[in-house]
Amino acid sequence: MTEIADFHAYPDAHGRFGDYGGIYVAETLMEPLAELTAAYEKLRTDPAFIAELDRDLKYYVGRPSPVYHAERLSKHVGGARILLKREDLNHTGAHKINNTVGQALVARHMGKTRIIAETGAGQHGVASATVAARMGLKCVVYMGAVDIERQKINVYRMRLLGAEVVPVTSGSKTLKDALNEAMRDWVTNVADTFYIIGTVAGPHPYPQMVRDFNAIVGREAREQVLEQFGRLPDVITASVGGGSNAIGIFHAFLNDRDVRLVGAEAAGDGIETGRHAASLTAGKPGVLHGNRTYVLSDANGQIVETHSVSAGLDYPGVGPEHAFLKDAGRADYVGITDDEALEAFHLLARTEGILAALESSHAVAQAIKLARELPKDGLVLANLSGRGDKDVHTIAEREGIEL
Amino acid sequence: MSRIERRFAALKAAGRTGLIPFVTAGDPLPDAVVPMLHALVAAGADLIELGVPFSDPMADGPVIQHASERAIARGVGLHNVLAWVAAFRETDNETPIVLMGYLNPVEMYGYAEFAEDAVEKGVDGVLMVDCPLEESHVLEPLRAVGLDQILLASPTTTEKRLAALSEAAAGFLYYVSFAGITGAAQLSTGDIAERVAGIRARSKAPVAVGFGVRDAASAVAIGAFADAVVIGSALVDRLSGATSADDLAGRAHDFLAPIRAALDAR
Repeated sequence: MTEIADFHAYPDAHGRFGDYGGIYVAETLMEPLAELTAAYEKLRTDPAFIAELDRDLKYYVGRPSPVYHAERLSKHVGGARILLKREDLNHTGAHKINNTVGQALVARHMGKTRIIAETGAGQHGVASATVAARMGLKCVVYMGAVDIERQKINVYRMRLLGAEVVPVTSGSKTLKDALNEAMRDWVTNVADTFYIIGTVAGPHPYPQMVRDFNAIVGREAREQVLEQFGRLPDVITASVGGGSNAIGIFHAFLNDRDVRLVGAEAAGDGIETGRHAASLTAGKPGVLHGNRTYVLSDANGQIVETHSVSAGLDYPGVGPEHAFLKDAGRADYVGITDDEALEAFHLLARTEGILAALESSHAVAQAIKLARELPKDGLVLANLSGRGDKDVHTIAEREGIEL
Repeated sequence: MSRIERRFAALKAAGRTGLIPFVTAGDPLPDAVVPMLHALVAAGADLIELGVPFSDPMADGPVIQHASERAIARGVGLHNVLAWVAAFRETDNETPIVLMGYLNPVEMYGYAEFAEDAVEKGVDGVLMVDCPLEESHVLEPLRAVGLDQILLASPTTTEKRLAALSEAAAGFLYYVSFAGITGAAQLSTGDIAERVAGIRARSKAPVAVGFGVRDAASAVAIGAFADAVVIGSALVDRLSGATSADDLAGRAHDFLAPIRAALDAR
C-alpha cells in the first residue's frame, strides 16, 4: 500500500488520482474539456466566484444543513451515538444541489445557454432542472427508460421545472446509458451547451469539480461535530453509487487519519447473487465514462447490468477518487443489501421521524452496524444525503402495498 | 514497412483514394464475418476497420450502437474478433485490418496479452476511441510489438494538439469531419477541405476522413482532398438484416463497389 502524504493534493495536473481518473474520451471532447478545466481552475480560486457560490448555498440551497444526533435511533441500536448530516434538508431534497448550483455558475461564466444532465434516481436531474430554471437556461435531462418508469415523480418534477426529459432506450436503459447519451449530446452541441455531470465520475475535471462543490458537506460536518461533541467522529458512513455524497463528506476528513471512512455500496440481492452494483467491492480496474476506475464488467470487458433497489446507486462504475482511496487503504467499501437498506429506512422513520432516500438508507444501515461495534461514547456520522419522498412508491410496491 | 504503410504507398503511387469500410465484428451474422471481410475487399476496400463491440460506445450513433448490442447479445468478444482476423489472414495477407473500439475490452483482456495475440493473428493497428494521445501510455505494449495506434483529429482539435498528433501519428491519422457521433447527418465539405489540407501538409502519416460519408457522392467529395475515406454507419445499416453469408456478401458488394468506381473515376 502506498503511503500518501496529503490526500488533498489530488488529482494531479493530468486529472489523475494515483492510477485512476484521467481523460479517456474521444478526441472531439479533448478541447472542450481543456476549456472547462481552464475556466474552472480560474473560477475556483476567484474570490468573487466563491462569494457568489457561498451566497447561493446559503440563501437558495439553505446551507448549512445540520448535524443531528439521532438519539432514539442510537438508543434503539444500543451502541455508539449515531449522527446524521442532514443533506435531505437542502432545497430539492438532496446533496445534488450543491454541485448543480456550482456548475450552473461555471456555465454562466463560460457563456453557455443550454444545460444537459444525466440522471438515475432523478435527484440530479431535478437539481439540474432547478438551477437551469433559476438562471433561465434551457435544460435537457437524459434518463434511462427503466429509471423513468421507477421514478415517475421526479420525472414530473423535472417537467414542472421546464426541463425536457429524454428517455434513453439503449443498453440497459439506466444511469450509465443516460450518461453515454448526454456525452453524445455534448459532443454534438458543445458550442452552446454545458454538461452538468451529477457525480464524481466522468473525465477530468468533473471528478474534481463535483467533489469540490460537494466538499462543503464534510467541511460543515467537521466543524459541527467538533462544536457539538468537542472531537471528531470515530467513523463516517456514506452511500456510494457514483460517489458524490460520499466524497463530499469524506474529503474534509481525508487527512484526519484517525477518522475511519466507510462507503456503503449497493449489494442489491447480495454480492454472491451477481445482482448488485458494488463496483469497488466486487469490480476490477477498467475504463468507463472517461476515467479509469473500478468497474463491473464481464470477461469480454462489457459493462454489466447492475441491480439495486435504489436507482441512484445503480451504476457499474464509481468515481476514480474512491478507487484511489480504496487502494490507498484510506477508506473501506462494503456492501449493503436491498433488505438491509429497507430495514434501516423503516427503523429511521419509526425512531426519528425521518424518511431517508433509499440511497442514504444504505449509509444509515452501515452506520447502525458500526454503532453496534463501538462503545456508547463513540460517534458514528452518517451522510443522510437525500430525503425519501421520491421512493415511497418503490417501497410500497416492494412490500405489496397498493397506494 | 508495415501492411498499412505498404497499402498507402501503393495508393499514392497509383494516384488513388483509399476506401476504408467500417463493419461491426459479429453483426449481423457472427458465422459470416470472414466471408464478409473478403467481400469488402473484393468490392474495393483498401483497408478494413473492424469494430470491436462494446456495451457503452460513447462516441457512436444509434446505428453502430445497435450493431454492437446485437453482437454482444450473441456473445461476441475480443477473442472472437481476433480469431476472425486470423481466419481472414489465411487467404489475405495484404489488406490491413485496424480494430476500432473502446479500451475496457482490451483492459480486461490484458494489454500485453492482447498485443501479442493481435500481432500473431494479423491485426495491423488499433483505434481506441476513448484513448486520446494524453492517455496513450496504456497502449505502449501494443506499440512495442509493432501495432499502429491510429489517432484521431477533429474540428475541435487545436493547432497545438494537431502538431502533437501529426508527430505521433502512426499508420494513418483519422480526421473526424465534424464534432458529433458516428452516423450523424451531413457534411459541409468546403470547411473540411481546408482543414484536411492543413493536416496533410504537416502529418507524416496519410489522412483518412470519416464521419458522415454515406454514399458515392459524399465519398467523392471527401476523396478530393483526403488520402482515404472511411464509411461506417451507412454500410453497417445496409448490412444489418442480411440473412445469409451470400446475402451479406451481396449487400457489401452492392454498397461498396459503386463507391469504389466513383472514387477511381474521379
